[in-house]
Amino acid sequence: MSNKEANTAPVEPYNDTVVRQFTVMTVVWGIVGMAVGVLIAAQLIWPQLGFELPWLSYGRLRPLHTNAVIFAFGGSALFATSYYVVQRTCHVRLFSDRLAAFTFWGWQAVIVLAAISLPLGWTSGKEYAELEWPIDILIALVWVAYLIVFFGTLAKRRVKHIYVANWFFGAFIVATAVLHIVNSAEIPVTLFKSYSAYAGTVDAMVQWWYGHNAVGFFLTAGFLGMMYYFVPKQAGRPVYSYRLSIVHFWALISVYMWAGPHHLHYTTLPDWAQTLGMVFSLILLAPSWGGMINGIMTLSGAWHKLRTDPILKFLIVSLSFYGMSTFEGPMMSIKTVNALSHYTDWTIGHVHSGALGWVSMTTVGSLYVLIPRLYGQTQMWSTRLIDWHFWITTIGIVLYITAMWVAGIMQGLMWRATDADGTLTYTFVEALNATYPYYVVRFLGGVLVLSGMFMLAWNYRKTVLAGRKVAVTPPLEQAQPA
Amino acid sequence: MSSGWTVFITVFTLANIAGVTWLLWWMRRRRGEPTGAEVETTGHVWDDDLRELNNPLPRWWLGLFLITVIFGLVYLALYPGLGNFGGLLGWSQIDQYRRQSEQAEAVIARTLAPFESRSVTELVEDPAARHIGRKLYLNNCATCHGSDARGAPGFPNLADDDWLWGGTPEIVYETIANGRTGVMMGWRQVLGDSGVEDVLAYVLSLSGRKVPAGDPALGARKFQELCAACHGQDGRGNPQLGAPNLTDDVWLHGGSVAAIRKTIADGRQGEMPAHLERLGELRVKLLAAYVLGLGTEAGAEARTAAHVGTSR
Repeated sequence: MSNKEANTAPVEPYNDTVVRQFTVMTVVWGIVGMAVGVLIAAQLIWPQLGFELPWLSYGRLRPLHTNAVIFAFGGSALFATSYYVVQRTCHVRLFSDRLAAFTFWGWQAVIVLAAISLPLGWTSGKEYAELEWPIDILIALVWVAYLIVFFGTLAKRRVKHIYVANWFFGAFIVATAVLHIVNSAEIPVTLFKSYSAYAGTVDAMVQWWYGHNAVGFFLTAGFLGMMYYFVPKQAGRPVYSYRLSIVHFWALISVYMWAGPHHLHYTTLPDWAQTLGMVFSLILLAPSWGGMINGIMTLSGAWHKLRTDPILKFLIVSLSFYGMSTFEGPMMSIKTVNALSHYTDWTIGHVHSGALGWVSMTTVGSLYVLIPRLYGQTQMWSTRLIDWHFWITTIGIVLYITAMWVAGIMQGLMWRATDADGTLTYTFVEALNATYPYYVVRFLGGVLVLSGMFMLAWNYRKTVLAGRKVAVTPPLEQAQPA
Repeated sequence: MSSGWTVFITVFTLANIAGVTWLLWWMRRRRGEPTGAEVETTGHVWDDDLRELNNPLPRWWLGLFLITVIFGLVYLALYPGLGNFGGLLGWSQIDQYRRQSEQAEAVIARTLAPFESRSVTELVEDPAARHIGRKLYLNNCATCHGSDARGAPGFPNLADDDWLWGGTPEIVYETIANGRTGVMMGWRQVLGDSGVEDVLAYVLSLSGRKVPAGDPALGARKFQELCAACHGQDGRGNPQLGAPNLTDDVWLHGGSVAAIRKTIADGRQGEMPAHLERLGELRVKLLAAYVLGLGTEAGAEARTAAHVGTSR
């Protein structure tokens, strides 16, 4: 579009209402999801905390925790930031206010239905896709609406080039639609029960193709989109390398799709599929690190800001956790390593170095940039409180991860130890007993991270009280090179 | 897998690897830019101040990428990955499993050889045999009977020398090898609620316990009529039927008044699964030796603890 055209047309302000809505719910669901996590971590130490009630049992609360933190907390954060970023970097209002509002209320309805149905024990039994078929249909509808709003906004953009953050948001939205619809193909039996359309090993493979790409696209590509906007914005520095972003984007999205079979090493999955899963997981290391390099190197020339700006600390430490867990992942996909690590708490530690270290810290850092701007402020109510949040959450995450590393490797070694007479050296209960101290440390780590979320909520509230909702209009005088 | 699929998998896999490698190659140098000069931005601006530099790809990162690609290709040549092509090493997970199993079986056979062709009675006397028996016990039996072998409600204490089915080496071997099924009928229909209370009072009195309610004399008559066939006229049980002795205050399904009332009224069922097919003769003998060893040696200490502890 030419500048002339843009300058004469009346300019609509950005739709920040839906962004504010999703931002509030990000914090609410973050607290809820992590609180459930802390509860089930406590149940592993004190099983009586289930109170003999079926809907408080570990088996039902665990999927509630995973769904709440991934899809309610992470999902709301992705909706909020993608809607904010796509408007700011396309210089236009969202494609459709109505559809955007539908995605908000629809997504919240999905979450509430999950919070009711999972404790009641209604589950399709697929990990990270436990919700039953009526909710699956609602998710699909919301997601298609999201896709239309996002790509519609991109289509009517007033700048020529599509900013890198939008590549990642776009890939995340398209891939999630495909993954959800394929994996959730199921045959309804009653309103509350369905069976997968796939059987046996094929079902397992579809499940982990979905499961690992939920990590790859929902929790990685989406949050890289967030990173690509908020890191340069907060650092006040240009993105380090455009061409690096091209290479790692295409490599990441093409290679990630193959990595799922590494969840099924040494199972009935054919050897060839296991091998492909492992090989592509290893090739995934460099593309993953490309994002980390681009984020961290964006700070070069502004390193001194880390001394005074706790928001940048959040963002940079999150990138460090991202680099660490995307090294750990390929390593764990190697068959011989996997033979030790699989089914142990090492996996839990790995997931949380990604989920807490990368996903939640990126989200929190981005929210601290976003919140004041949504309420006509330049910064959060208290920078000191952000600093406290940073330290308490970092210490919590490190406690969590290291406890699970030690516990997991110990479990793997104890489970596989055999004596010359063919018996197991340790019974399962002995390994469980040895894990107790680490469960306590993990619980403490979780409590610290959860406390940090309350600091965020408090700071958020004070910032909102001090500010007011403002309508922001896109910049008009963009000089775009042809 | 048909060869069509093999071609599809192979082509698709290699095309993806080739694609990212080509992308790397294409982007590896700063085309049209003077080297060593100040890196410039791409010229695009978003949202007032978002810009992009166009730094070259870090060389160590390029190297890392290429190493993983080369490793991947070599691995695909050596191991099964490209459809039906089994890899130059001819490896498969089932072969690896068989190889490791054979090695382990050889070691196990050597370890167990000295105990072969010895009777349970001999094995009880051999600490080495009982040691292996203990580990077999922990691997296979502890889930129900407890790590200390003192049982749990419904699962007999094995550390005393009170045996439901008899405690000779032959019988214990038989119990482990072929399993047992114990059934106690429920008598509520026949006795009525007050009749249950009477029998309860009588049964408790057999081991000298206080009677809460019910008439033990009436209970005694019902007992002779209905219970004595299995538990004996004196209530001392019948090992041939696995009918417990009711006079020793050892209770398989719990010794509280409520638990015994439930046993009489609703009946109980228990099953000890057969292990011969799963473990083989020698391991069953070693297990029998361990369990019998508990009854004799550790028995004295276990007996006192067990009677006031888990079995009540």
